Amino acid sequence: MTPDMAGMTTSGGEAFLFWVLAPLMVLAALGLLFVRRAVHAALCIVFVMVSLAIMYIASSAPFLGVVQVVVYTGAVMMLFLFVLMLVGVDASDSLTETIRGQRWIGLLLGLGLAVVLIGVVSQAAFRPGTPLTEDQVANPVGLARVLFGDYVLAMETVGVLLVTAAMGALMLTHRRRLEPKRTQRYVAEQRVKALPEGGTLTPLPAPGVYAQTNAMDVPALGPDGRPLEHSVSRVLRIRGQEKAAPASLVETGPAGEVSTVRTGTDGGEDA
Amino acid sequence: MNGVILAAEGGVAADFSAEPVLASVVKAVLIVVFLLTSVLFAIWFERKVVAKMQLRPGPNWHGPKGLLQSLADAMKLLLKEDVNVTRADRVVYLLAPMLSVSASLLVFAVIPFGPTVTIPFTDFSTPAQLTDFPVAVLYILAAASVGVYGIVLGGWASGSTYPLLGAVRSTAQVISYELAMGLSLVSVFIMAGSMSTSQIVNSQAQIWWFIPLAPAFVVYVISMVGETNRLPFDLPEAEGELVSGYMTEYSSMKFAWFFLAEYINMLNVSAVAVTLFLGGWRAPVPDGFLGDALNTGWLPIVWFLVKVWAVMFFFVWVRGTLLRLRYDQFMIFGWKVLIPVALGWVVVLGGVQWALTVAELPRSTFLFAALGVVVLVLLPMMFWPEKRRRPEPAEPETIDAFAGGYPVPPLPGQKLPASERFGKEVAGSDQ
Repeated sequence: MTPDMAGMTTSGGEAFLFWVLAPLMVLAALGLLFVRRAVHAALCIVFVMVSLAIMYIASSAPFLGVVQVVVYTGAVMMLFLFVLMLVGVDASDSLTETIRGQRWIGLLLGLGLAVVLIGVVSQAAFRPGTPLTEDQVANPVGLARVLFGDYVLAMETVGVLLVTAAMGALMLTHRRRLEPKRTQRYVAEQRVKALPEGGTLTPLPAPGVYAQTNAMDVPALGPDGRPLEHSVSRVLRIRGQEKAAPASLVETGPAGEVSTVRTGTDGGEDA
Repeated sequence: MNGVILAAEGGVAADFSAEPVLASVVKAVLIVVFLLTSVLFAIWFERKVVAKMQLRPGPNWHGPKGLLQSLADAMKLLLKEDVNVTRADRVVYLLAPMLSVSASLLVFAVIPFGPTVTIPFTDFSTPAQLTDFPVAVLYILAAASVGVYGIVLGGWASGSTYPLLGAVRSTAQVISYELAMGLSLVSVFIMAGSMSTSQIVNSQAQIWWFIPLAPAFVVYVISMVGETNRLPFDLPEAEGELVSGYMTEYSSMKFAWFFLAEYINMLNVSAVAVTLFLGGWRAPVPDGFLGDALNTGWLPIVWFLVKVWAVMFFFVWVRGTLLRLRYDQFMIFGWKVLIPVALGWVVVLGGVQWALTVAELPRSTFLFAALGVVVLVLLPMMFWPEKRRRPEPAEPETIDAFAGGYPVPPLPGQKLPASERFGKEVAGSDQ
């Protein structure tokens, strides 16, 4: 294949790649519109982005392809997903209209955009691409020369703009600290101070009686055999979802006192 | 065709222009086989080394020295019941572990195992590397960032609290440490003048980059541990807090996939550390030693593997030594220490490179100038007014040390009264 021919036609491998990837990309793009769950839509975008990157690489633009994955898939979409994830697995978009007639407005604007796009695309002339020649420099180096040589001022300005935006976002979400920071030492000292008022030095006991149950809502038994109420999460206690300790372990004594029934061999195995 | 153009430019050292498709396929299969067996070995290696560090025997039952233990574990995982969570999002739940594994398998495609080797009994020569292109190291970062999706989606799709918390932690962690990692790699790009792995290995003929670029190497090593979610940075899996993080709801083979991905990722970051900082496949001898016999043919593959396993040993050593960090400490360390240090180092290195190569200052002038800058920075620091001391805490109140007849320890801010025996001779002490 001569160099000028290479510019006009695609190689067999590239054409195959295109015809495999392109329909899948279109499907994924349609999926973005029609799937119900936000996370699925995000996954569709990710698929389109990665396929696009593969196509860039196939058209000898490896830098563009790789940066597409690192920046858009790895950082931007990940942030989106990060937020969506917190919405939960069962959440799906609500389809109620919040603005009256928004469907019709959206449809109209979409039609307008379609008309503009079709007009532009039909007017565009597609010149055959020319492959890189020997004296042209490599992908990243050539890009770097353009960005940091010819357009260095624009580049720096955009950088300053982005940093300013980030600083602004930080300032808007920043809250002045009104009270001193609760450091580890402070918390430890507070715990010691709370001792005379019935506080504990150690973390609270874990719930569950491990021999018979390990449920979160069952109180643990203390060394004296009494159930420890505060071993169950405060939330469960407030909701009234707490269960009693297993009846076989706790027994109400004659004086109404709770005590443990000692059953089975109690360390007598060795004898 | 693309291969020719790419190889001709961008300073890729290895030549893939005459590579038949069959050779690429064979190499790809060999890499996958290498990775899978390495993972089996790595699990045994880790358990054995940690056991030695903790003075216990470790796995010693199946096979010689317990070598077949991980094989037995893998078989057990394969045959276990595959539990699907009812509340899970089926498709994504299945997709996540696959994504994790396939992304982790991608990295070794651009890692050079050795220089050009000749297949025995033939004239066929080929680079001991699947492929290479001008942005190979960026490709590694891209593969790593796709791998995070496996963790995030796995945690989300399980429809359960602990996995979700693990996934959120993991995402924040991997993204933050990827920044520090990328910045530390930049200094290697500056020195090597290329982002192609084979060219970076070639540029280390005189000196391995971990010596001149020591700060970047330290940042890389720390962030590579953070990136692979290993102790002391294993917060996404923290057993004591999150059961096992994003993979809590996974069982059987799906769990094994996550496990596999984790260990392959360890191998990946180790191989990247070796390739970029530790001389790649180069023998640990000076350049030109024995007429470069140690750096040609099949022998370099041995050097490469030895170095990778040395880094793996470091991973295990760290795991056996250090405790898990608290999450906020860990994030503060990443954002307020690692990233500024890495960024500052890149700026310093850029300045040095500019002075030595672009401005072409003589070395002596440059050294004097550098000394001047250091003095200029240090002088104000010496005469900087000292920070105002914190106000002295109030005089501690003295308590009754025997309230109610029991010895009472002082609370914070309290002081014991001076002992009555203070300064007295203890009877019979000078016998």
